[in-house]
Amino acid sequence: MSNSYTSDILKPFKLKTKQQELLIRVLILCLVYILAFITRLFSVLRYESMIHEFDPYFNYRTTLYVTQHGFYDFWNWFDYESWYPLGRIVGGTLYPGLMVTAALIYRLLHFLRFAVHIREVCVLTAPFFASNTTLVAYFFGKEIWDSGAGLVAAILIAVCPGYISRSVAGSYDNEGVAIFALLFTFYLFVKAVNTGSLAWGLASAFGYFYMVSAWGGYVFIINLIPLYVLVLLITGRYSMRLYVAYNCLYILGMLLAMQIRFVGFQHVQSGEHMAAMGVFFLMQVFYFLDWVKHMLSDTNLFQEFLRITVTCAVAVGGIALGVGMASGYISPWTGRFYSLLDPTYAKDHIPIIASVSEHQPTAWSSFMFDFHILLFLFPAGLYFCFKRLSDATIFIVMYGLTSMYFAGVMVRLILVATPAVCLISAIAVSATVKNLTVLLRSKTKVAQIGSTKGTSSAKASSKASLDQSQPFQKNGAMALLFGAFYLLSRYATHCTWVTSEAYSSPSIVLAARGAHGNRVIFDDYREAYFWLRQNTPLDAKVMSWWDYGYQITAMGNRTVIVDNNTWNNTHIATVGRAMSSYEDEAYEIIRSLDVDYVLVVFGGVTGYSSDDINKYKLSYYRFGEMMTEYGKPPGYDRARGVEIGNKDIKLEHLEEAFTTSNWIVRIYKVKPPNNRW
Amino acid sequence: MGKFWVIFVASISILLPFLCNSFSPETPTDRRVLVLLDDFAVKSSHSSYFNSLKLRGFDLDFKLADDPKIALQRYGQYLYDALILFCPSVERFGGSVDVAAIINFVDSGHDLIIAADVNASDLIREVATECGVDFDEDPSAMVIDHTGYAVSETEGDHTLIASDDFIKSDVIIGSKKIEAPVLFQGIGHSLNPVNSLVLKVLSASPSAYSANPLSKLSTPPSLTGSAISLVSVVQARNNARILITGSLSMFSNRFFRSGVQKSGSSTKYEKSGNEQFLTELSKWIFHERGHLKAVNVKHHKVVETDEPALYRINDELEYSVEIYEWSGTSWEPYVTDDVQVQFYMMSPYILKTLSNDKKGLYSASFKVPDVYGVFQFKVEYQKLGYTSLSLSKQIPVRPYRHNEYERFIPTAYPYYGAAFSTMAGFFIFSFVHLYNK
Repeated sequence: MSNSYTSDILKPFKLKTKQQELLIRVLILCLVYILAFITRLFSVLRYESMIHEFDPYFNYRTTLYVTQHGFYDFWNWFDYESWYPLGRIVGGTLYPGLMVTAALIYRLLHFLRFAVHIREVCVLTAPFFASNTTLVAYFFGKEIWDSGAGLVAAILIAVCPGYISRSVAGSYDNEGVAIFALLFTFYLFVKAVNTGSLAWGLASAFGYFYMVSAWGGYVFIINLIPLYVLVLLITGRYSMRLYVAYNCLYILGMLLAMQIRFVGFQHVQSGEHMAAMGVFFLMQVFYFLDWVKHMLSDTNLFQEFLRITVTCAVAVGGIALGVGMASGYISPWTGRFYSLLDPTYAKDHIPIIASVSEHQPTAWSSFMFDFHILLFLFPAGLYFCFKRLSDATIFIVMYGLTSMYFAGVMVRLILVATPAVCLISAIAVSATVKNLTVLLRSKTKVAQIGSTKGTSSAKASSKASLDQSQPFQKNGAMALLFGAFYLLSRYATHCTWVTSEAYSSPSIVLAARGAHGNRVIFDDYREAYFWLRQNTPLDAKVMSWWDYGYQITAMGNRTVIVDNNTWNNTHIATVGRAMSSYEDEAYEIIRSLDVDYVLVVFGGVTGYSSDDINKYKLSYYRFGEMMTEYGKPPGYDRARGVEIGNKDIKLEHLEEAFTTSNWIVRIYKVKPPNNRW
Repeated sequence: MGKFWVIFVASISILLPFLCNSFSPETPTDRRVLVLLDDFAVKSSHSSYFNSLKLRGFDLDFKLADDPKIALQRYGQYLYDALILFCPSVERFGGSVDVAAIINFVDSGHDLIIAADVNASDLIREVATECGVDFDEDPSAMVIDHTGYAVSETEGDHTLIASDDFIKSDVIIGSKKIEAPVLFQGIGHSLNPVNSLVLKVLSASPSAYSANPLSKLSTPPSLTGSAISLVSVVQARNNARILITGSLSMFSNRFFRSGVQKSGSSTKYEKSGNEQFLTELSKWIFHERGHLKAVNVKHHKVVETDEPALYRINDELEYSVEIYEWSGTSWEPYVTDDVQVQFYMMSPYILKTLSNDKKGLYSASFKVPDVYGVFQFKVEYQKLGYTSLSLSKQIPVRPYRHNEYERFIPTAYPYYGAAFSTMAGFFIFSFVHLYNK
């Protein structure tokens, strides 16, 4: 009786099934939103609230500049502390989306009287946008399949390591915002195609604008969407909806993108953007033909007209492209674009692209590492998509396939593929689970109906007879469901483990296990940058390999010769030459660049292998006296595992100025020329 | 005791300004000179030279080279402004002085005179080598010249040379022409070809060679002809000046006073050129001549007066610097027409000769090139005999701001027209299309 009593009390609160479903859905989304944020906080808890890696330091420095000097000064910022003596027009050579976003968040928080430091905002920008991405993934999934798929997609993308790798707290890089913008643009475009609404088209154009302002990866959008449109045209799915959506996105998106200084007129002048323009004209031809077809009732006449028009259009397009290319008005494809289409291109022609570890072709293990079960849910999802083909599913299939190809070409592009993989996998999971639960439910229902009501027995018997063809259906479905949940829980475990172990180290602080299993922290980089900041003249120029350029300017506040914005290969080559020549020859180059300090990274003491060993003389200076490991001779290099040969290195033009406690960073001072010679 | 303290404090407070004055960089001329001798006899035998220095206000401190109390610096402060090594045979200096100490003394901007002689010790040779000259390795070799020797009563071995092959620089050896040849008797040295700072002031004639005059010449001499330098000077990069010669007797009263007649010449001079030559040279060595300073480096835009933090491309700017020369007692305007300024970024983008107002102010105005980057105003003035001026001032040049371009370009009017006519046409079209049924 107590049961009925409580149910009486709860009656006013009892919701209808639809409302319950909505409540659960909102609840799940909220939890996913929070989960996506907190799973990215490992690095803050493990280390501290700091900026990671290399590029984020530049982004942080520029964001600081925006908040201090305002937008227009940022837009016109000429930075003479980097690329000495060439300088860099920062405002015109970066994608300002990230900095402006962070600065706006910062302003908003201050407007709301939250006195946070800009660094905290920068550290947490990527997790915040990752949370927003989960919402977009939900709506996108809902748009292409159903709300169930949307929910699963949101959960999958919230913890997917492929995305987390670029969006942990402190990883303040363009990608953190750009993946949100990418998915959002795609979502809005698909929505526009599905509805044919000008408003959604406009929204997608603005989404595209945000993407262009945030990341160079926008080229993927401006090539994928035309490709998608082309496929729809070829498969005979041309519609007015598509016409409206694409033209709106292309024209407005292009005009908006031109407002970004770094992109400028590329949309009309660069080879990478020509596909979009070609498809745009093709759309007009299609529209025109549609109109002619409508006007002409004669099919034969129309066929003839079609042939002439298409030939002419293709010929005119081809000639225009040829003339544009030949006159140099349309620039050819850039090296980075080529290296995507031909993975061996960079290795032969642009070594500086090939030399970056994140530009290497992806190993199978990293697919497994970053996608886990999604790797085999992906083909299953493709199957479901093909089974229920629509404009939206065609889009997601194309997005998935192209981005998977790019992910195979370059490690870092796994990131771009992640949303597509999550969405398609979500379709697989959602469709499977739905089918299985439907089976479970229908059977019990049938049994109930069969036992209680005789009126619908004919219907029931027909279903029962259908079911009888599959024995153990209920148990089978049950087992499969458990299997699915087991896999998903393994996925969650794997993702958390990967996030905590692999993707949450800031790389500026190194951690290792000591001899007794205790945690050893090597904070040598910051030690060295702090030394530079405190002990060198304000206008001192520091030469290092370009990896450390951003960090030296951001943390050491000193002028560098080259940095991670590798825009001038000659300059980098000069520094590389100085670093790898004999001291006398290097000294001349160093003098010509007015260098005051030389900074090298050396891992021989700590066993840190990604160091600058080709600057061996500077690395091994005084190393012969050093005992690195118990039971090994002095001067034993732990990174290479060998004892060095020359233990008595003499320097003529440089002198040691500072070496950090674990010898990871060594700074040398350039001596003035000999006084009497 | 109390009285003693009062006197001490009073004397310190009176002396302090003078003591401070002696360290002032405003007066580049040396004041305190340490003279190291092998033997105090040199003090009297070379008294003319020393007296000429004393008369010019130098405070000479004579010490034996092996005196255990000699020291160049105390508590990190140098006790002397210049050092004269008239101790060719010293094997080991006393006190804390050694080759490295002497080299550090020079490298911290102090001047040095080295006079070697036959049988010069390894120590002196080493100091000379550090300064970029190599004395003949044969310890008993002397410079011999059978055509350019000084005529004397006895025929001799032609090691007393009368040389008049001076460097052509008024700054180094004075503007007054040295008429009489200079007497030289000692060892020759050659200049290290790697060293770009060492200069031959007095070189031997083409017929000279360096060999032992007492023994028969069995092998060809290693040093011959005008490759032999008799007197050399070095001006280091920090403007420290060094004089090196292989003859201590050049400075002696005997050589100063004796008459000279060069062999093959009928002119007989009453007095050798030694006194004039060495006195003038010591003026140069001790920075009484040829010492420049540049002050008040200024640059600003043409109409403004304040120095900007950075320039914009195509700005018109003015650059000025004041250059003075030390006359031995005061700073006088330095007047010349060959000072150039560079606007430099890896290579000079602008090279312009500065015009001067005869009062030491040099200026130039030019337009910043249409290139942005971190430039330097560079004045690299290196003239024979003068201290080098090396001024560089870093200045970034930025590109135009977004709102500094022309707002409307005449050539773009067709495009403006096209844009606006399209807008108007679209409006009219929409109007007609919507309401003209």
